Amino acid sequence: MSSHNESILREPLITGKDITYRRITDEVLRPVENKANKAWWIGFIVSALGACLWVFAVSYTFWNGIGAWGLNKTVGWAWDITGFVWWVGIGHAGTLISAVLLLFRQNWRNSINRSAEAMTIFAVICAATYVVSHMGRPWLAYWPLPLPNQFGSLWVNFNSPLVWDVFAISTYFTVSLVFWYVGLLPDIASIRDRATGTTRRIYSILSFGWTGSVKSWQRFETVCLILAGIATPLVLSVHTIVSMDFATSLIPGWHTTIFPPYFVAGAIFSGFAMVQTLLLVTRKVLGLENYITMFHIESMNKIIVLTGSIVGVAYLSEFFIAWYSGVEYEQYTFISRFIGPYWWAGCMMYGCNVLMPQLLWFKKIRTNIAISWCLSIVVNIGMWFERFVIIVNSLHRDYLPSSWAMFYPTWIDISVFIGSIGLFFTLFLLFIRVLPSVAMAEVRLLVKTSSEQAKKKLIEEGKVKKEEADYYVDSLSAYDSVEQADYVKL
Amino acid sequence: MSKIKYILGLFDDPDQMMHGIDKLQENKIGIYDVYTPMPIHGIDDKLGIKRSRLGFVAFCCGITGTATALGLMYFTMSYDWPMNIGGKPNFAVANFIPITFELTVLFCALGMVAAFFYATHLFPGRAPRVMELRASDDRFVIAIDASTVTDSTQVDSLLKEAGAVEIKHNDRKYISYE
Repeated sequence: MSSHNESILREPLITGKDITYRRITDEVLRPVENKANKAWWIGFIVSALGACLWVFAVSYTFWNGIGAWGLNKTVGWAWDITGFVWWVGIGHAGTLISAVLLLFRQNWRNSINRSAEAMTIFAVICAATYVVSHMGRPWLAYWPLPLPNQFGSLWVNFNSPLVWDVFAISTYFTVSLVFWYVGLLPDIASIRDRATGTTRRIYSILSFGWTGSVKSWQRFETVCLILAGIATPLVLSVHTIVSMDFATSLIPGWHTTIFPPYFVAGAIFSGFAMVQTLLLVTRKVLGLENYITMFHIESMNKIIVLTGSIVGVAYLSEFFIAWYSGVEYEQYTFISRFIGPYWWAGCMMYGCNVLMPQLLWFKKIRTNIAISWCLSIVVNIGMWFERFVIIVNSLHRDYLPSSWAMFYPTWIDISVFIGSIGLFFTLFLLFIRVLPSVAMAEVRLLVKTSSEQAKKKLIEEGKVKKEEADYYVDSLSAYDSVEQADYVKL
Repeated sequence: MSKIKYILGLFDDPDQMMHGIDKLQENKIGIYDVYTPMPIHGIDDKLGIKRSRLGFVAFCCGITGTATALGLMYFTMSYDWPMNIGGKPNFAVANFIPITFELTVLFCALGMVAAFFYATHLFPGRAPRVMELRASDDRFVIAIDASTVTDSTQVDSLLKEAGAVEIKHNDRKYISYE
């Protein structure tokens, strides 16, 4: 397997000279085995302050009830559900990368799956906290579970999408966590075998006694493949069910059959944008440029422009159907996205999600790190506004004009949102310090086939056609981690 | 010599290690196990290890989840406390698909991973049965039980020939952790 050569026409997935298995371990474990640098501490302190704000704002909400938020009788869902759907959507990329790309044998997933999965787990945690705090009485959070109770065992209503959501989100969280941790075992064992003293003891417990014997690898691969197989429909089901929270209601702008695929595409779109936001910084700060290469960045940008365009088509069909249905309430909702009091939110939504990502059709922009990073932030903002527009714009002017109202967030609303971002980054920063942020075992698989050095050796040995080699060298020009000078003499 | 329990051949290249396995097998030397820092396809065939049955376990667990979900929803919605919800049937199959699917996936994942941990003896706090520390880093290790070998120098030379970078004669099976 490892002796076969990959086509020279494919871009390398690992760059750099003299990449050895030992060097991969060294470079990936550098942040884990050494003291944190200044950049990490600054990031961590800022995020931790955000997380403290979150603790305060959520506690305040629990103490005073959700009257602390700016909700009113007309707009009963606003920043809370916006934040929930936003975070759940962000949590879609990790499992998509680790599951769907595994099934499609996309080897470029190997170096980004670990951090993307971690991001998924933290995003779902953020989403779940929104649900719990929105309950108002979080100590009754067990009510959506089908438990025998004192009301004559009045069961939960299994016909309700909100109950489906409880099952979908908790299953998604559990399966993502299990998938992530199973994949971590061999890498935790690597840390364990290099460490001493207390560190070794801690990682020894965490490694579950992993040895890397033939049988354990064989079972490991079977488990990963089957988990990928079941996580693929799972990841699609989660946002489908989230969309049904809206689609099964009779609110104009929500009551749409296109919602499931539209939400799933939007979730993948925002998830990849968040992966891009995080990884462009992480690769720089942790010095992982050789493992998270320009190929990865460009591939993610391609997925962003694809899913962004799917979302664009979904927006167009919504408008068409609103017009075609002849329902004036539906038509009014869609027109008010541009001419109503929330026109600015509508412009943010369509501008950031549909127009801006179209820039990624240009290769120059796809391979420009600074612009890619800015665009990923734009998409994150746009996707937040999408949920805000869907939720608040549809609710604030309902069937009864006398009850029309606006939504104004309180400082608690804002603090919960900003705080949840702080919580997310705190967890992510802790993760890159204590666990390997790149799946080392999987990256080692690429060294002999898909690495730059392996391909360079093929060229040097004259095993490839001249024009193919030229094409390959040309494709490397966009890489910031490749020195073009090395190829001049070849 | 008699104190040697295990002979380890350390390779820095997976292909050479595969070659080493072939060499040893040609000479009828039994291999105890192979430890690698990454999954290497084809070793299981060479060592005659049967295909994992975890797929079957996963299927059974999944079906259990399906049955549990449908059974639970039948019991609660149509048997224990049937309610008239908009005149719709109590056992509304279409509405039960999402939860049935979720529980199938949940049971399948948890059951299969539990079976994997049980079969491979993985659990938090288990003392790692490690023969060579670098096997999780950059060494591909073939372990040979010394008691099954008559001539250990022959094993050494075979491993060397195949490209082993180091050969270890361990007088205890596992490297002790404290």
